[in-house]
Formats: sequence, structure tokens, C-alpha cells
Amino acid sequence: MRRTLLAMLVLAVALAAAAAFAPGWLAFLLAVVMAKSLVVAGLVVMWRAGLISFGQALFYGVGAYGAGMLGMRWGVTDFFLITLVGAATAGVIAWVLGFLVARYRGIFFANLNLAFSMLLFGYMVKSSTFGGTDGLRAPIPTFLGYEPGDATRVGVLLVATTAVVLPLLALLHRFLDSTAGRMTTAIRDNEIRVLYLGGSVRRTIHLLVVVAAVLAGAGGAMVALAIGHIDPDVAYWTTSGEFLFVAVLAGPAHVLAAVLGTSVFEVIRTYANEYAPQFWQLILGTSLVLSMLFLPDGLWSLAGRLRRVRKEAGHV
Amino acid sequence: MSMLVAILVDGLVNASWLFLVAVGLTLVCGVMRILNIAHGGLYAFGAYATATLISWWPAARLTSPVSFALMLVAAVGVGAVVGLALERGLLRFVYGRDEVVLVLITFAAFLILEDVLTLIWGATVIAAYQPYSLLGRTSVGRLTFSNYDLSLIVVAVLVTVGLWWALTRTRRGLLLRAVIHDREMAQIVGINVGRYTTITFVVGCIFGALGGALTAPMISIQPGIGVEVIVVAFAVVVIGGMGSIPGALLGSIGVGLARAAAVHLLPDLEVFVIYLVMTAVLAVRKEGLFAPAAVRRI
Amino acid sequence: MAKRLIPAALMTAAILLAAPAARAADEPLRVAIVSFLSGGGAATTGIPIRDAADMVIRAINEGKLPAPYQKPGFGGWEVEPIFSDENGGTTRVVQELRALVQRRNVKAVFGYVSSGDVMAAAPVAEELKTTLVISEGGTPQLFEERGYDYVFRPTAHGTITSVGAAHYLKDTMPNVKTYGGINQNYSWGQDSWRDFTLAMKKLLPKAQARTNHYPKLFQGQYASEITALMQEQPEVIFSSFWGGDLEAFLAQAAGRGLNDRSKLVYTIAEISLYRMADKIAEGTVMGARGPYGALARDTELNRWFVKNYVEAFEKQPSYPAYHIAQSILAYKAAADKAAAKLGRKPTVDEIRAALTGLEFESFSTFVKMSLGNGHQAATEAAFGSFHNDKVKGPTLINIKYYPADCVNPPPNMTSKQWLEAGMPGAKC
Repeated sequence: MRRTLLAMLVLAVALAAAAAFAPGWLAFLLAVVMAKSLVVAGLVVMWRAGLISFGQALFYGVGAYGAGMLGMRWGVTDFFLITLVGAATAGVIAWVLGFLVARYRGIFFANLNLAFSMLLFGYMVKSSTFGGTDGLRAPIPTFLGYEPGDATRVGVLLVATTAVVLPLLALLHRFLDSTAGRMTTAIRDNEIRVLYLGGSVRRTIHLLVVVAAVLAGAGGAMVALAIGHIDPDVAYWTTSGEFLFVAVLAGPAHVLAAVLGTSVFEVIRTYANEYAPQFWQLILGTSLVLSMLFLPDGLWSLAGRLRRVRKEAGHV
Repeated sequence: MSMLVAILVDGLVNASWLFLVAVGLTLVCGVMRILNIAHGGLYAFGAYATATLISWWPAARLTSPVSFALMLVAAVGVGAVVGLALERGLLRFVYGRDEVVLVLITFAAFLILEDVLTLIWGATVIAAYQPYSLLGRTSVGRLTFSNYDLSLIVVAVLVTVGLWWALTRTRRGLLLRAVIHDREMAQIVGINVGRYTTITFVVGCIFGALGGALTAPMISIQPGIGVEVIVVAFAVVVIGGMGSIPGALLGSIGVGLARAAAVHLLPDLEVFVIYLVMTAVLAVRKEGLFAPAAVRRI
Repeated sequence: MAKRLIPAALMTAAILLAAPAARAADEPLRVAIVSFLSGGGAATTGIPIRDAADMVIRAINEGKLPAPYQKPGFGGWEVEPIFSDENGGTTRVVQELRALVQRRNVKAVFGYVSSGDVMAAAPVAEELKTTLVISEGGTPQLFEERGYDYVFRPTAHGTITSVGAAHYLKDTMPNVKTYGGINQNYSWGQDSWRDFTLAMKKLLPKAQARTNHYPKLFQGQYASEITALMQEQPEVIFSSFWGGDLEAFLAQAAGRGLNDRSKLVYTIAEISLYRMADKIAEGTVMGARGPYGALARDTELNRWFVKNYVEAFEKQPSYPAYHIAQSILAYKAAADKAAAKLGRKPTVDEIRAALTGLEFESFSTFVKMSLGNGHQAATEAAFGSFHNDKVKGPTLINIKYYPADCVNPPPNMTSKQWLEAGMPGAKC
């Protein structure tokens, strides 16, 4: 735990430095990465319990559209308030759906989530309240009353996003250390044994679904505020697929793996588009295949491997 | 009355098409427990290959038997090559891994196939409309239907009967069903499960390509046609019960009729009628309509 | 753990930062052209945009354009284009736009096809203080919703297509009694149908609207919709289809003889005129978003454009190619104007100032940036009827032009307000 907190502190300092000194595009990319890694962290936590969702974009989309509606309808622009509302809305929806979803496992769990997210997508495409396919404008965020100018906005955005994401990840890390958190891997390994030991599988899964949805909702709201625009694609299956992809790329070993995985994914995508604008999907697909073949436990396992190599060389 | 005929005919045409694009996915899902997202890529390859073959053929000698033969050739050729490449070159290295990893590997394969397609054919639109008009039309009252559309119903029936015969009336089919039912047991009694897996995957891919080949004359073929198809085919497979062929058939008919009814009666619902059906079915029966038996392990 | 994170972070940062080096003053002006290079919009729209942009920029750099644009360069600048893919949703589009400007030192950005991407990119360009010249995405909301200093659209917005179609029907089929529609289920299709019905109410009040069908974007199969249209049998069927959907619909409609019963009116089908000639019935009404392609006026600039495009790409230029060419020409005209006024090479901001309210001769029409405080162009609309000539091949006949003041709302009204009020002030 202490090492994790230390690592987070270092990350926070590095991101704050980036917010102050890095060029705008990099600060922006990092803000998006941090926000998206929250969604990925939620998937990773569910995956620890053996649950995969093909429809996490549902909650991501709810957070994003929530941000848009708050700004458009009620003129709310505060970054933290919007993120909170986005997370809460996604959480409530997940809580309701959870009564049904928590009874599902494996591929059926994935499918039902997909169905729900595609319903949202279909509704958003049709709905004129939510802007149809043209989408909705998200407000330009303010931060607890502070209104940054055009030149400083991206830096402030990065700091604010970090200030939301890292504490949440720390909480998540603590949660995984708790009884309920430790039950996740037990559920994946053998549900029935957990039942025999007196644990409530369904309640734990229900909780995980809500936790993951809250994280996805917060992530969606923050990405929407960063991008400034929301369209129904946020709820499309390819969005869910991408998050799932990053989760597998990252690996379930540690919550910070989500940050690492998202960064690698976004960097590959940015550079693939620069050097081969017509073939970025090819490059992305190939890197993902390679990582799954050679790093079956995710990028985070690289760290473990390095440690082993060093130990063998007698450095540690 | 004429409305009813319209809904029925449209619904059946729709259902046949859905079944044809989903049957390969069902087969692979049933045998290998993989939701093969690369199926959408195969669909696109089938469409592109068909359009190319048809455009090479001198227009004067293009008759409908010839064009159907060309579609079959294109589907078998492309499906076999790409299917083998995927299974031997990629999937066999990940057998036994988590379900989610398998799905994502096929998702990655789909992304790669999309761009390989652009590498081969470029990002231009190609078309193979000729076969669509060759069969002529049929009029029912004030409605006119394309015989090509109607022939899809025939093809779907042929595929269904063929599969039923192959799976229940041939030795290999019976062995394959043994593999579907219990892989380990099949292995123990000496069935070469690996080979059956490869063959099924390739056959599934051929069906995927066939779906694309049969669709080619109706649509304009361009990058991106695979993305939409996956989620539709996926929905049919899920509704039917992962890997159940009768289930996929029933699912296709249900979705096809619901969609046609929506177009005629409630046009606003059409976009999401398929997901409504999917959600409703899943909420009531999580395994879909026909569920293959699952083993509970302690 | 921290020990390992720091070097890794530093290395990533170093790689990321090493990309652009400082640039000398006489280096070319770098611009980006953004359009669909992959996915559903690539083949019919994105690739022609890339090709035409490349061709026109090269010709302007070398001074090969006919008068009055024969002077090499953009007000003395040589322009270096880089091409970027629009595919992948608004999140990626915005991220990419920031990277283009801040990492790759792009001074002006051209293109954007999808209206959603346009709406997402515009405020970002404003924040980055970078000129954004929209060529294709045609949603009228862009400048109706808010004002911009850095965003321009030197092509007409979508309203002219639906209003123009209604005018053409009034001129050619004044006794039409019923009309139906089939439009893609997204804002372009929805706006088109709404604008068309409003314009019809004013121009042909006796005609009655029947059902409109909204199939999904990129659905590709329209068997059920065609059956429904046959069932209802309106005299006229209005459609704003484009791209692959349009071509699929043309083939399926022809295969089932929909043309025998109803007159089809396609607002932007010019794009597929040559490719789909044998699937289009005689007399089918077709438009582009402005007088382009087969609807282009015969000018020297247009002859140059068509000749060079056909030589380079072995096909006829469609209207997205015209739109991007017109947008680049607007930039050239503004840069030259600024250079003439200042007597030196203008800065990007000086070019931008000259672009506001600019009036210039484009490849096949005259363009006035008269709407959206001088940021949005108003051009004429053009419609024609399909005719497959035995000698000349497929073409449009009976072409009618509707002046900009006839099909565009006045500067102080939104398209919707103007149409709902019965198009006051229209000069036809």
C-alpha cells in the first residue's frame, strides 16, 4: 500500500509538472488518458471477479451525456460538480440494472451489458433532446469558481482530472485490499466455494458493477468536458471494445496498470495516425495482438519481469 | 391485407439475410466458444472478392447461375484462405486463455483485416449490382419484389437443410456434435478435436464470406461495411443461444419480422428494434432461446 | 516501484517531445487536410477531398491556375499540406486537431466531413487560435449557435439543398399532390426532410406530405423501406441520401422498379451520377450542394479543374472535391488580397482577417461570405434532371439555378426560423 501511494505521489508530481511545462497537446492527451484510465480501472476490477462487460460504454456514455445536459440545460459548468453528477447518475443506473445483471456470469454478463449499451446508443441516435448523431456540446468547464483562460485551460484541466482520478484509484486500491475486494478473485476462481464460505456472491457482484459504473461515469463526464463535445459513438460497441482492450493490455495486477495501459494505447494511436493515417487500425490491432501473445498478464507484468531479471543479476 | 403480405415478405427476406450472416458466427461459437468478431472482416472480404470476380467477368455472359457460382467461389476461396490464416496463424496460440482474451484477439484481427482490405482493394467504392437485376421481379398486387431478395430465402433454407443433414446424418457431423457437447470427453474417446476445431472455424469463416458475397449485389461495397454487421450478427447469435443453429434461425425470423413490422408500422423504432428484442430475450432467458448445456464445476 | 516509474516516464516524455524542431521563417506554411481516409465515408467523400486538395494546393504553389489566380503561392506563401484521418469519433478528432496544431505546427486546418466532427472541432480551433476552414460538413447550426473568430465555411450550408429541391419541383411539376421521403436517420437526413417539408408548404401548399422513412445511417439494405414506399405510392420521393447508402438505394430501387411509380428527387446525388448511370431512371431529379460537377457552370476555372482532376485520378470530380477546392481557393484569394493590401507576405492572422466577408470567383460559381458575420458562404443552388445521352453519356438536363438570396436565410435568421416564417425576403 505504501509503495502504491508513493508511486501515485510521484505520478501526481509528474502530471502537475506536465500541466505547467508540457506543450498543450501533451497535457490534453494526459488529461484524456487519466480520465479514460478510470473507466479501464473499473473494467479491471470487474475482470478480477471474472466479469467482462461488452457494454461499459453505457455508463461512460451516461456520464458524458450527463455532463452535456447539465451544461446545456442548467448552465452548470463546474468540473467537479459535473463529474460528481455524472458518476452518481451512472451509479444509480448501474444499481437498478444490477439487480438483473448481477445474476449473469461470463459471456451472458457481457452480452446483456452489450444489449443495454446498444439500446442507449439507439436512443441517442434518435433523440433530438440529446442532439441526435450530431451530438451535444459540453460546457467549457470552470473549476470551483475559477475560470481559466484559453491558454491555461488545458493545464488546469489536467491538474483537476488528476486530482479526481488519483484519489479514486487510491480508494479503489484500498477497496481491493478489503474483504469485499479480496472476494473478487475468489469469485472468479470458484463461486460455489465462496458461497460455502458464507460470502454473498450476488451482492459482491452487484457492488462491483456499481463501482465500475461510477468510475466509468466519472471518466465519461471528464472526457466530455475535455473534448467539449459528445456524440452517440460514446455508447457504441466499438467504444466498449476499446476500453476492454486497454483493460486486457493493462492487466489486472494493479490499479495503476490502468493508467499505464491507457497511456500506451493512446500513444500508439496518436503516432500510428501520424505516420500511417490510413493504416492506424492495422498498427493498433497488431500491437494488441503482440501484447496479448507475449504479455499475457498485461503490461504491468513487465515490471515484475524486470524485477526478476535484476534479482538474477544480483542488483536488488 | 397488402400490408400484411408486405411485412411477411420483407420480414422473411430480412430474416434470411440475418441468418446467412449469423450462421457462421453461430457455428464457430458453438464449437469453439469464441465470439469471433473477425467475422465482420470475413463478411467484408466476401463482398469485395465477389465484386471483383463479377467485374472481371464479361457482362454479356453474366447470367444468374454464373453469378451465384462466382459468389460461391469467392466465398469459399476467401473464407478458406483468411480463415486458415487466422486459425493457424493466430488463434491456436491463444486456445485455453480467458474468454475475454479470445474475443479481443478476434477484435484485433478484425481491425487488422479492415486495413488489409484497404491495402488490397484501396479505399474506393466498388460495386457488383448486375446480379441483383438478373433474376427479374415478381409483382404481388401493387407491390413489386426483387427475385434476388426472394432467392435469399431459398438460399437460407438450403443452408439450413444442408447443415441439419451434415450435422445429424453424417459421421463427421455426429463427431462434431460430440466435440460441441463435451470437448474433453471427445478427446478421450479419440476424436481429433484440434482438426475438428480448425475445420469448423474455416467453415464458419466461409459462411461469413458467403454472407458478404450474397449481400454484395445489394449494397455498395466500401471500407467499414463489416462493423455494422458484427453487432447485428452478434445479436442474432446471442438471442438464439450462443452456438445453437436452430436458435439462430428462430432469432433471425423473430428479429426479421419485428424489423419489417417496425418499418411499416412504427418507423421510429426501426433503429433499435433488434436491441429491444435482444434485451428482452436476455432479460428473461440469459442463455438465449436455445442454450447449449453448461457444466457446473465445483 | 517509484524508481522504475520515473525513468520510464522520462523516456516517454523525451520521445514525445523530440518530434518537432524549430522552423525557419522561409519554410512553407503548413496546413492539414482532415477527411475520412478510412471507414464508411472514405470512398465517396474523404478520398476525393484528399485528392482534390493535394492537386489544387500543388497547382497554386506552382502558379498553374488560370486567371485571376495565376500568381504562384498563397500571398507569397508556399503551402505544405499534411493529411489526417477523420475516422474514429469526435474524441479522436479533437485529440488529433490539438496534436496537429500544437505538435505538428499546422497553421490552418481544412476539411471535416461529418457535422458532428465540425461541431466538435470548431470550439477547439477557436481555443487554439488556429484558422479552421470547414469544407464539407454542412450543418446550418454551426454559425447559428454562436459566433467564431477562427472558423470559416466557404461553401453553402445544407439548407440550400432542400429549399432548392422544392423550388425545382415547383418549376417542373407544379401539380404534384403527394410526396414521401427516405432520409438517413441522423441530423443531415432529419434536417433535410424538415427543411423540405417547410419549403414545400410555402411553395406548393397543395402537395401533401406522406410518411418519411428514416433508415439507419450506413444501413445499406432498403428492401422493407422500398416495399413501404410502394405501398404508399407518393408521386414524388424526396431523399437526401449520399455515399454508399445512396448507391445501394439506387440499385435496389432500380431492381424493384420504384422509379416506374414515383419521381425520385435526390438532393446531393450528383456524387454518383457517373458511377450509377445505368441504375438511374430518366428524369430523376438530382442536385449537389451548389453548382458543382455535372451542374457546374462552364468557366475557364471549371474547365481547368475538371481536366486536371480527370487526368490525375481518372474519374469526374464530385462535389466534395469541388467543396475542398473552393475552400482552398478562398484561402488563396484571402492571402492574395491581404498581400496586395500590405505589400508583403501576410501573417496567418492577416489572411484570416481577409477571409472574413470575402467575395471571390470559385471554380464554377461566385461565392460571398455573407452569413455568420462574414464566416459562412452563401452560394446559389442548382438542380437538374437525369438524362442518359446515347452519344455524350450520362448527364443532367433542364438545369436550373437558384440565386443565393433565394435559397439562403438572411444573415439575421436561423434556417429553421426562416423556413417556419415562410422564407421572408427570398429573392428568386
